[in-house]
Amino acid sequence: MARVVVEVMLKPEILDPQGQAIARKLPQMGFEGVTAVRQGKRFEIELAGPADEAAVERIRELAGTLLANPVIEDFEVRVD
Amino acid sequence: MSGTDNVALAHRTPEQPQPYKELGMNDEEYQKVRDILGRRPTASELAIYSVMWSEHCSYKSSKIYLRQFGEKAPKTDKLLVGMGENAGVVDVGQGWAVTFKVESHNHPSFVEPYQGAATGVGGIVRDIISMGARPVAVMDSLRFGAADAPDTRRVLPGVVSGIGGYGNCLGLPNIGGETVFDPCYQDNPLVNALCIGVLRHEDIHKASASGTGNKVVLYGSYTGPDGIGGASVLASASFDEESQAKRPSVQVGDPFMEKLLIECSLELFQSGLVEGIQDLGAAGVSCATTELAAGGSGGMAVELDRVPLRDPNLLPEEILMSESQERMMAVVTPENVERFMAVCARYEVPATVIGEVTDTGRLVMTWHGEVIVDIPPRTAAHDGPVYERPVAVPADQARLQADTPGRLARPSNRDELRKTVLWLAGSPNLASKEWITSQYDRYVLGNTVLAQPENAGVVRLDDETGLGVALALDGNGRYTRLDPYAGAQLALSEAYRNVAATGAQPLAVTNCLNFGSPEDPGVMWQFSQATAGLADACLALGIPVTGGNVSFYNQTGSTPINPTPVIGVLGVHADVRRRTAMAFAAEGHKLVLLGTTREEFGGSEWAHVMYGHLGGLPPRVDLPAEAALGSVLITAAQEGLVSGAHDLSDGGLSQALVEASLRGGLGVRVALQEDPFTELFSESVARAVVAVRPEAEARFVDICGQAGVPLTTIGVVGGDAFTLDGVFSIPLSELREAHTGTIPGLMA
Repeated sequence: MARVVVEVMLKPEILDPQGQAIARKLPQMGFEGVTAVRQGKRFEIELAGPADEAAVERIRELAGTLLANPVIEDFEVRVD
Repeated sequence: MSGTDNVALAHRTPEQPQPYKELGMNDEEYQKVRDILGRRPTASELAIYSVMWSEHCSYKSSKIYLRQFGEKAPKTDKLLVGMGENAGVVDVGQGWAVTFKVESHNHPSFVEPYQGAATGVGGIVRDIISMGARPVAVMDSLRFGAADAPDTRRVLPGVVSGIGGYGNCLGLPNIGGETVFDPCYQDNPLVNALCIGVLRHEDIHKASASGTGNKVVLYGSYTGPDGIGGASVLASASFDEESQAKRPSVQVGDPFMEKLLIECSLELFQSGLVEGIQDLGAAGVSCATTELAAGGSGGMAVELDRVPLRDPNLLPEEILMSESQERMMAVVTPENVERFMAVCARYEVPATVIGEVTDTGRLVMTWHGEVIVDIPPRTAAHDGPVYERPVAVPADQARLQADTPGRLARPSNRDELRKTVLWLAGSPNLASKEWITSQYDRYVLGNTVLAQPENAGVVRLDDETGLGVALALDGNGRYTRLDPYAGAQLALSEAYRNVAATGAQPLAVTNCLNFGSPEDPGVMWQFSQATAGLADACLALGIPVTGGNVSFYNQTGSTPINPTPVIGVLGVHADVRRRTAMAFAAEGHKLVLLGTTREEFGGSEWAHVMYGHLGGLPPRVDLPAEAALGSVLITAAQEGLVSGAHDLSDGGLSQALVEASLRGGLGVRVALQEDPFTELFSESVARAVVAVRPEAEARFVDICGQAGVPLTTIGVVGGDAFTLDGVFSIPLSELREAHTGTIPGLMA
């Protein structure tokens, strides 16, 4: 049993309205000193077998196909 | 080279090579810029000219044809603001005016369907805001590749949820449109979005920057690297294998910011704080500054480094080309700036003074003190290149027209006729689009009177009087491929008929002309024919074109799409309580077919569905008959003579009866005199089927006689089946299954 984590973020140049909305609210709630917020997604994937190179490669394929929209998002895959 | 390219440097380094070709300019255009400026352009000036002179912004290939919409315009006193402004404004009576426009977002929707379609809605809504009107409804006309093609399952759901996501968040009802499938749109879907806005006559505003010393304010979202080069690269160039690499940053829409912009802008108008205004669409700041300056007293000074940025590393030329969404530019008198800023602050809309109006006749931009742009604004905004491109009848046109559907085997017995009704009702183009339209808010704001799948969308404008407008959006690429002159007229004809079928008086026209590459003489011939056909038909029907949009380069490789002019017709209801719905819902009411049915199957849905055949000639255009039919439908609605009316178009009488029956939940019993195949499936124009109220039969026959509209009583409403006497009987449940199962099945 192994766990692989996939983190998906909008590419840096892509507008993130949700992150902006959060950033805008922070000063009103008394949290100073934050200049920007960007919001992403995290997936935790449980594998039946070991997280070897082949398995991670499969997860990369899966992430690029289903979890992320590669046109506007980047993703990172790592073994937890 | 380090540092920013500026005018002084441009004088010193006249020979420096510039990437004008990569920006989509040819040698002559680049030379013209050098001639205008008397030197090489700076990088920022090159950015401005390249986007402003792109096909998308300059209409350089279409301009000579679009002029006829003005030249041939019918005399009307209904047009308060004509073409040339962002969108035309039409008088709908009682002191109310309406502005409406349709625009394409085809290429962005192929690259990123959700955001492409969403920002398409956002863009057309800002067009309406910039006229000082409150947006009240949207519509969309969509075309995809074959319904069962794998990529359609990527593009269609993305486009639909993008339109729904943006429009629903804005709180605007989506009141109709069309969805069509054809393999020719496989790698080039068409996403045409329409918005309609309402204002009082006294609130009409025009974009200009008059008044030396007035301030130029940029308000709305910050500027980021969104769609840089999009206007000239994304929107104009065709897709090829390299489109992966060419993808610039996809523009992401923020409908909540757009909602704030709507409310903020309307309050700014109401408070009299705006001298001139321009929405930022394709070509962003380049377009807004050059157009505002060119439309006003002719000069403007802009400190480009004051534009608030989302990404601090943006270069000035990138700022000029950025297509970041949800931005507007206003011209404000100095004494009003403070109040302007206060209104923006209340809506949490960022606003920044970036420059002022001057009397120099030049648009001058500085970047941290250095002059990086110094141009006559008209040369970028209005005096771009105009091309009279070569025109030639496509090589296969004669062969296509000669290949008539007469050779196709027709249903030869009762069972085949029955099956044909069901096949057509369940074919992707004619099947229920509820899977799509149910993802849109259709009744938000509480003024929607009719929405999809009705003949046309109808919204109420005035609660007390019931004043309202009807809108229909139609196109037919197959007809237009067979005969572009007639095809454009047939699209207008159908939209006119749809609006009249609800009982509304058609008033004005907008259009979105989707074609292949203008560099292909065959495509340019199609364009010249279609525009001439549309202008002539608008004159004949007495309804002017108030504005529109041209989208070229809709093709993959060298294969252009079927030429697809999408035509929107706006009509007015003096009182929407007097509209006619499409449902046949009153047992015993007589069914009357209006108009003349000829044997016309060229480009028909039948030939398409059964044989994938496209050939022959489209149905004959008959505008006088269309106008006469319209007058009957309008009078019938006003006098309450009919309980339901449905226009006949794709799929003919059969499809109209199927749709009206399913809508009302009651069957029809029909008897046809001659050749049932032709009567059921022909697509002859200027026809409708109505259910006449028993007490109004004599009066109805009377008005048809006066208008010269042939009428045939074909049956009666009732039962729970579509019955053709002596031929077949199809239970409504079977029809419903065929009609509603197709799209969900394809998208599952």
